[in-house]
Amino acid sequence: MNNAGPMGCEELVELITDYLEGSLAVADQDRLHSHLAECPACVEYLEQMRLTIRALGKLSADSIPPPILAKLLRIFHDWKASA
Amino acid sequence: MESFAPAPEPAANLAEGEQRLLEALRQGDDSAFEALVLKYHSSLLRLARVYVGSHSAAEDVTQETWVGVLRGIRSFEGRSSLKTWIFQILVNRARTRAARETRTVPAGLPGAGESEVPQDRFMNPGHPNWRPEWHRHWALPPASWGNSPEKELLAEEAKALLLRTLDRLPALERSVITMRDIEEWPAQEVCNVLELSETYQRVLLHRARAKVRNALERYFANTGKTSSSGARI
Repeated sequence: MNNAGPMGCEELVELITDYLEGSLAVADQDRLHSHLAECPACVEYLEQMRLTIRALGKLSADSIPPPILAKLLRIFHDWKASA
Repeated sequence: MESFAPAPEPAANLAEGEQRLLEALRQGDDSAFEALVLKYHSSLLRLARVYVGSHSAAEDVTQETWVGVLRGIRSFEGRSSLKTWIFQILVNRARTRAARETRTVPAGLPGAGESEVPQDRFMNPGHPNWRPEWHRHWALPPASWGNSPEKELLAEEAKALLLRTLDRLPALERSVITMRDIEEWPAQEVCNVLELSETYQRVLLHRARAKVRNALERYFANTGKTSSSGARI
């Protein structure tokens, strides 16, 4: 990794998941923050990545249909009976 | 019936809640099993769907998983969490089923090979407006997603697009992003279930998220909800 100079946009895009995951080295994190301070396009990119993650999180809510639950409970009863 | 096998040691890795649940299951407690099913069934189904070609196949795999859980529950030693163990059973079964379906698991469908962010979006020496001080900065910066993207993303159309995009990802990327961002699992649990290193898990997540963001970017561009995010270079 090029730790010497300031961070470019392309490098920020490459490191964004490491950053969001909190696995970026402190030095790179500082370089990334310095870059964000002067690059609105990368601030936008970071925000869009966060929006993407939140949008995915909204896909999760679904429940189990009662017939399936009843079927699984029957399987559980069979298991008990055979034990 | 008396069992001659020594009772498994109370598992050091299990949280107290899981330990209690496990004991209740072993004793045949209906409500414990029901609680477990309610907790994990939808997630199991979603993950199964990553591997197999149809919803009904995913349902079969998920049901087989519950049967496998019951078959193994008495000898489960708690070396991993109960959750990890259950999902490992699912992944093994789903992979077996997928192999039988001859659906090529790692390859994914067309579009899977798409790069995360195309290089031509950045200033490189080949670019007509290249200047050294702009090297590797945006040539084509991300456009704004409008004033209320959060709301737009709740639309059925956006959800359908997200699901279609996920469906086109290579299976491993799809598994990771499903567990991390839809199911909101911690990274370590995903690594345990899919047997990935932390680094590789992050690489897969990175690729998958970038592709999903790209799809949303195209979505916002096509629905005309974008406005320019300032000067384009």
